Parts: sequence; C-alpha cells; structure tokens
Amino acid sequence: MRFTLSEDQEAIRRTAGDFAAAEFLPYAAQWDEQGIFPVDALRKAADLGFAGIYVREEQGGSGLGRLDAALIFEELAAACPSTAAYLSIQNMVAWMVDRFGNDEQRGRFLKRLTSMESFASYCLTEPGSGSDAASLKTKAVRDGDHYVLNGTKAFISGGGASDLYAVMVRTGGEGPKGISCVLVEKGSPGLSFGKRERKLGWNSQPTAMVIFEDCRVPVANRLGEEGEGFKFAMSGLDGGRLNIGACSLGGARACLEAARNHLMHRRQFGQALAEFQALQFRFADMATELEAARLMVHRGAASLDAGAAEASMHCAMAKRFATDAGFRICNEALQLHGGYGYLKDFPVERYLRDLRVHQILEGTNEIMRLIIARRLLRP
Amino acid sequence: MKVLVAVKRVIDYNVKIRVKADRTGVETANVKMSMNPFDEIGVEEALRLREAGKATEVIAVSLGAQQCQETIRTALAMGADRGILVQTDVELQPLAVAKLLKAVIDKEQPGLVILGKQAIDDDSNQTGQMLAALLGWSQGTFASKLAITDDGLEVTREVDGGLETVKLKTPAVITTDLRLNEPRYASLPNIMKAKKKPIDVIAPDALGVDPAPRLKVLKVEEPAKRQGGKKVASVQELVDKLQNEARVI
Ligand SMILES: Cc1cc2nc3c(=O)[nH]c(=O)nc-3n(C[C@H](O)[C@H](O)[C@H](O)COP(=O)(O)OP(=O)(O)OC[C@H]3O[C@@H](n4cnc5c(N)ncnc54)[C@H](O)[C@@H]3O)c2cc1C
Repeated sequence: MRFTLSEDQEAIRRTAGDFAAAEFLPYAAQWDEQGIFPVDALRKAADLGFAGIYVREEQGGSGLGRLDAALIFEELAAACPSTAAYLSIQNMVAWMVDRFGNDEQRGRFLKRLTSMESFASYCLTEPGSGSDAASLKTKAVRDGDHYVLNGTKAFISGGGASDLYAVMVRTGGEGPKGISCVLVEKGSPGLSFGKRERKLGWNSQPTAMVIFEDCRVPVANRLGEEGEGFKFAMSGLDGGRLNIGACSLGGARACLEAARNHLMHRRQFGQALAEFQALQFRFADMATELEAARLMVHRGAASLDAGAAEASMHCAMAKRFATDAGFRICNEALQLHGGYGYLKDFPVERYLRDLRVHQILEGTNEIMRLIIARRLLRP
Repeated sequence: MKVLVAVKRVIDYNVKIRVKADRTGVETANVKMSMNPFDEIGVEEALRLREAGKATEVIAVSLGAQQCQETIRTALAMGADRGILVQTDVELQPLAVAKLLKAVIDKEQPGLVILGKQAIDDDSNQTGQMLAALLGWSQGTFASKLAITDDGLEVTREVDGGLETVKLKTPAVITTDLRLNEPRYASLPNIMKAKKKPIDVIAPDALGVDPAPRLKVLKVEEPAKRQGGKKVASVQELVDKLQNEARVI
C-alpha cells in the first residue's frame, strides 16, 4: 500500500489548486450571493482538461483516473464547492457518452462536452421518484426513428442553462430493466423548464425542473440499448459520489484552515483561542476526521479505477463518510468562529450551506447505507 | 530560432517566510516551492513566440539541487520542449548562475534568452544583466512588451517614470516584468506529456565553471516588528514628531 502521490498527481493537484485560487476563490462569495452561474470560469477549467478528466484522450478528454479526479475536485471545492460540483456533473455525463455511447455519438457530443462549449445535466430524479429512482415514470414511446417523451424531472442541476440533458426514461416495463438513457438537446420541441429553485446553497448553479411534453428525440440519441439506462445511470453515480465526497473534502479543508487562522488570532480571557485545550481537542478531531474522509475517498477511487467488485460499496461508504464528516467540520469551524462564523463576511457559512446538500444528493446518505448493507447482508 | 528560458525554484509566493533559528537563512524544509513568478512569465513569452511561429524550440534551464527538476517539469507542462538542469548543491549566487548559463548558451546557441527580472527569494536583480555582459549581447531588462522585428527586437521597458522602448539586435537577453503577459496554467494532458520530454542533467565541472559563492551571508533577520501607531492632538505636534522623533522631514 502506498500513501504518497505520484509526481504527476502532485503536479495535477497543484495546477488545480493554483487555478481554483485564482479563478474561483476571489469570486465565489459573489457567485453565491447573486446566484451567478460562472460560465466563463467553467470554460477556463475545461481548457485545462477538467471537464473530461476520465474521458479517453483520443476522444478529447484528459485520460486520467478517479483518484486524479478526486484530487482535482478537492482543490476546486476548497474555493467553491458549488461550482466544483457542477463540473462533476459535466464530467459524469461526458464519461457516460464516452463509455456507453457509439462512435457516431462520441463524435457528435464529446468535443462539445469536454470543451464545455455545451453544458450538460444528468436527469434521474422526478417529483414522485427520488431515492426510489428505479420507479421513474417519464415515458419514451417510439415513433419511427424518434422517441416521444412525456414526464417531468425534478431538481436538475444546470436545468434551463445546460445545452444537453442525459435523461433516464421508461421505454419498457416497470423496474430498472425498463429504463433507457437518451440525450436531449436544448431547443428540442416539447422541452421546457420550471422556475429556478431557491436554495440554501449551491447558488452558483441553477436547479430546475425539466419538463417533457411530447418532446421528440431521435432514437440515434439513445446511449446503448433499450433497458440499459439504469445501469448506466448507476455506474455514472459511482464516480459522481466520489467527486461529491471530494468536494466535501475541499470545503471542509477550507473551513479547517479558516478555523485554524481564527484560533491563532482571536484572543479571549487574555489568550489566543488556540491555547484553550478544549478547543485544541476539537480542532484535532476535525483534522483527524478530514484525514480519515480523504483516505476513504482515495480508497474508493482506487477501487473504481481497478474495477474492483466492491467498488460501488466503497464509493457509497466514501460518499457517506466524507459528506457527513465534511458538513460536521464546517459546522464545528463555524462554532469556533463564534458570531463571526455566522456572518457572510467570513467564508465558513457559505461552505456550510454548500456542503449540506452533499448529504442529500447523488443518493442520500441513508441510501448509501442501503447500498452497503445490501452488499454485506446478501444471504 | 531557439529560445532559452531560465527557471528558478523558489519558495512559493504564498508561503509565510520564517527565518531559521540560527539566522543563517530562511526555512525551506517542508515549505511549498514553486517556479519564480517572473520566470513563469518568461516561459509564457517564449511559448507565445513559438506559437506565433517566431521561435522553433523552447528550452527551460534550471540550476541548483536535484529538486529543480520539478520546476523544469512545470515549464515542460506549460509547453516547453525540453529541459536542462545544471545540478549542484552549492549555494548559487547571481554571478555563478550567469557564468553557468553562459556555458549552456555557448553550447545551445539560442537566438534569445529570457530570464525573470529578479527571483522573489533573494531579489538580486543581477543575473540577466551579468549574463548579457558575459555574453557581450544586447539586453532588454524589465520588459513589459516584446516584439520580434525584421532586424531584431523591440522591447518596451518599465522604467521609473514610465515606459521606454528600445531596439535590440539578436541574439539578446531579456528580463521580464510583471505586465509582460499572464502565464497559462498547465493543462492535464500537457502535465502527462511533460514526463516524456527530456531533461539533460549536467554538472558545473562539465561546463568548466566554478560555482563557489563569492559573497558571504553574515546573518539573516526578520524585519523589525511593526510598532503600534500613536494619535497626535494637532498638526503642530505631528510636524514636531516628524522632525524630531522620526526625523523624516
Ligand atoms: C440542489 C440539488 C441538486 C440536485 N441535482 C440533481 C440532478 O442534477 N439530477 C438528479 O437526477 N437529481 C438531482 N437532485 C435530486 C437528489 O438526488 C434527490 O433529492 C435525492 O436523491 C433524494 O430524493 P428525494 O428528494 O425525492 O427524497 P426522498 O427519496 O423522498 O427521501 C426523503 C428521506 O427519506 C429517506 N429515505 C428514502 N427511502 C429510504 C429508505 N429506503 N430507507 C431509509 N431512508 C429512506 C431519504 O434518505 C431522505 O432522508 C438534486 C437535489 C438537490 C437538492
């Protein structure tokens, strides 16, 4: 077992960190407060290869692995978790097209996605189908060389702003086997969007319903075969969960650094806060949890890269642990800041609001436990 | 035309510098190291010349300990074609660096050499000038604009009181100022390609140069701690203090 990064990984981490410090961090508070979707900053990230991290190189991607991605997302999220997380979704869709699409589809979509000329959304959740994703109802009925889509997707990150939607639809009977994945272009007749949701965090990216009313989509836009969509959606999520875990690492790390700074400089009762043992112990626990979470995310990434049989479980464990730990660390950092932590002039509350949703999406942390338990309690 | 760029490994500009307890220098153990920011600007300028078809090859040269290879890799990841490391653990001062660079340049015969105007660790601002003198080449220091013309170079320099534009014959030595350009980030594919690009490692003896330091550092100290401010009651008192206490007017 090796616990050191390779020289390349060090260089990748450093580039991502430098980029995030210069291109995300100075603007993140404003993006949050004014609900700005930073299209230009995201395209700059794509110029460096951050939008197709594990898309193959010959397809315009960076050809790297999941561990490399985890390093990148931690760095980007240390500046802006919400923007980093949107980039994770872009990567997820680009990877699905590369992995499950055919040559014609790769040629048609991949370059646009890895350059972020086109923004992408992943559409699984519906108003009536959240954790029980396989019960989704959006219907796609074949009509010649088109599908006709009817139904509504809820909570779609990038909804309304994205150019391409990877939509899980029902082409067959009930359950996961009746689900297919189709790519729907913005501007397709019958495609519309709900209002932009108002949210606690993740404000640098829009979330909206995506509505299909007799929306016609070419059959040529279906990834893989009919009935394979749910499998694709779930394997996309394995990597998505690691990325979300890594985004929690980044946000938590930023809060830990802010807390350290505050403890060293804030004085009460005639001494620096850092000299109170009660606070030292809490700070030590925060740092320890962060380190544990990072090890789990990296382990999950190594497992997925190796195609291990336990990979999905490791990803679920890492997502559950890292997003819970990440939120707790932000919350502790806020407490250590006293009243200042509650002010928008200090960065901790933004990270706290952004990281809260990581415990809910890409499968709630309850569903992560379900995945783990199902795997371990198989008769 | 080949372009040679010198890149120095320095303590990252974000790091809070600490003086060693024995006052012989600053703490470099477990400290983040990066390419000197002025050298990044130099690499960027060389790459832009190559992209504009004005240069054929960009060579990144570093001098110092083995870890300077990382700095060269950074230049290669930005897009430089190959690297040269003059490897030594001896403390290198500007004159030694200039002599070593001259020896490398004699071998490589570049048409243009770009250095940072200074390195952010010792702020010497000497190497480029010394190198130009040793080579007997023209020099354009503190460049904020560089244009290749039919018969040489036109360099806009940042000088006290404004900008000065000079014409230079090539080969020439240029040192970069902050406003010359904004360096690019290395992209992921280029980081991966960088490890396949060659880095030649040379010892100072092989270049026939003795790099031993000529100057001795007596001691390194932290700047004096800032004193608290004072309130004055009147302009009269202020002028009095400026004259008699601070003695600045
Ligand atoms: C900001 C934001 C962005 C999002 N972006 C996207 C997106 O881009 N694409 C997309 O498809 N979806 C997206 N989602 C949706 C997200 O994935 C779902 O909200 C999530 O899967 C939970 O579904 P739900 O909201 O319907 O909750 P429900 O499934 O109704 O769950 C309610 C509660 O019950 C618990 N629960 C449910 N079932 C069980 C069980 N069997 N055992 C124990 N506990 C259970 C849950 O854990 C949760 O605590 C986003 C959500 C948010 C908030």
